[in-house]
Amino acid sequence: MKKSRLIFRLVDLFYIVMMILPPLAGIVLKILTTPPSEGINVSGAGIYFTIPMPIQDFPVTEAQVVSVIVIISIFFLCLYLTHGLKENVELKRQHLAEIIVEKVDGLVSENMGEYFKGYSPFIIAILALSAFSSLSSLLGLYPPTSDINIVAGWSILVFFLITYYKLKCGPLYYVKGFLEPTPILAPINLIGEFSTPISMAFRHYGNILSGNVISVLLTFSLSALSAKILSFLPSFLSSFPILRVGIQAVLSVYFDVFSGCLQAFIFAILTMLNISGAFPMEDYFARQSIKNQKKKKHVNQ
Amino acid sequence: MELAIAIIMGCCALGAGIAMIAGIGPGIGEGNAVAKACEAIGRQPESKGSVTTTMIMGCAIAETTGLYALIIAILLIFVAPITMVGLLVDTISAL
Repeated sequence: MKKSRLIFRLVDLFYIVMMILPPLAGIVLKILTTPPSEGINVSGAGIYFTIPMPIQDFPVTEAQVVSVIVIISIFFLCLYLTHGLKENVELKRQHLAEIIVEKVDGLVSENMGEYFKGYSPFIIAILALSAFSSLSSLLGLYPPTSDINIVAGWSILVFFLITYYKLKCGPLYYVKGFLEPTPILAPINLIGEFSTPISMAFRHYGNILSGNVISVLLTFSLSALSAKILSFLPSFLSSFPILRVGIQAVLSVYFDVFSGCLQAFIFAILTMLNISGAFPMEDYFARQSIKNQKKKKHVNQ
Repeated sequence: MELAIAIIMGCCALGAGIAMIAGIGPGIGEGNAVAKACEAIGRQPESKGSVTTTMIMGCAIAETTGLYALIIAILLIFVAPITMVGLLVDTISAL
């Protein structure tokens, strides 16, 4: 009995360590690879190395590395939360896991309807990935959501899902959808089709990036201002940016924590609404019932 | 050569400033949304939670146009000068 308890504890410890290690490794990597710089420095994700490929070289960027770090951390967080699930609840973490699952199930069935009930794992995956990616900037890592390539990947995935549900009633029905209300508007409908993933990606990435840019500009201007104010002191004292203490922390609460979580929530909500809105449910069930009747007739004959 | 580079840098900064005029739209729109939400909460204080959630959602979506302008401004400031000056240098060296 005691031995199994010890093994349980050890597995718990392993999960916690694996949760914390990847961000630490990311911080160490960031410290080792970032060159010291002065002044304003707004650049894209740094490229660690490139893998040669036949058509185009494949660069491994900071954003990709950090998003993999986030994925590993979330994976072990999920394992930790679901470790030792029992019918009569013993551990506190099971309550937390149950709350999360129930909330997401409620959100999905409220926004998407009963037909899409199986989508709650996908939605919580997008929500957690987006939220934790944005929050990784609190650790000093490069937030992957401020790189458009990462967010565009997610929104292209959503675009494929939308097209899949639009094609459920057959390709002819899909083409007919573009010719409504009049065939003249077909090009505008086509643009509207492609603007959905683009606007989703731009909204998420623009919000996080604008927070970063404003923080960098403010940091630079505050250090310049404090140097101006303290110019009567000797040089080694006046070069200390006293105004930079504490002011950005207030902004960080808005830009990193609030904005990051809000954008994750909005991305998830838009995913749900777009997917469920693309599915012509009544027509699909009408077609299905007609097909079933035909099949029955075949069998009877 | 230096004059051309100066013109490119100046016009990029000018263009970024003009692009950010689009910030007016989301400002007015979000202000309207928040004003109406305050009215709604004043009329029905018990529905505060749902009104606030809907308002924040709507504000975030209304922000989109402003963010498009912001992306264009960021591209104009940080990306366009480098590419354009590179293009200019290439053209001149080719001549």
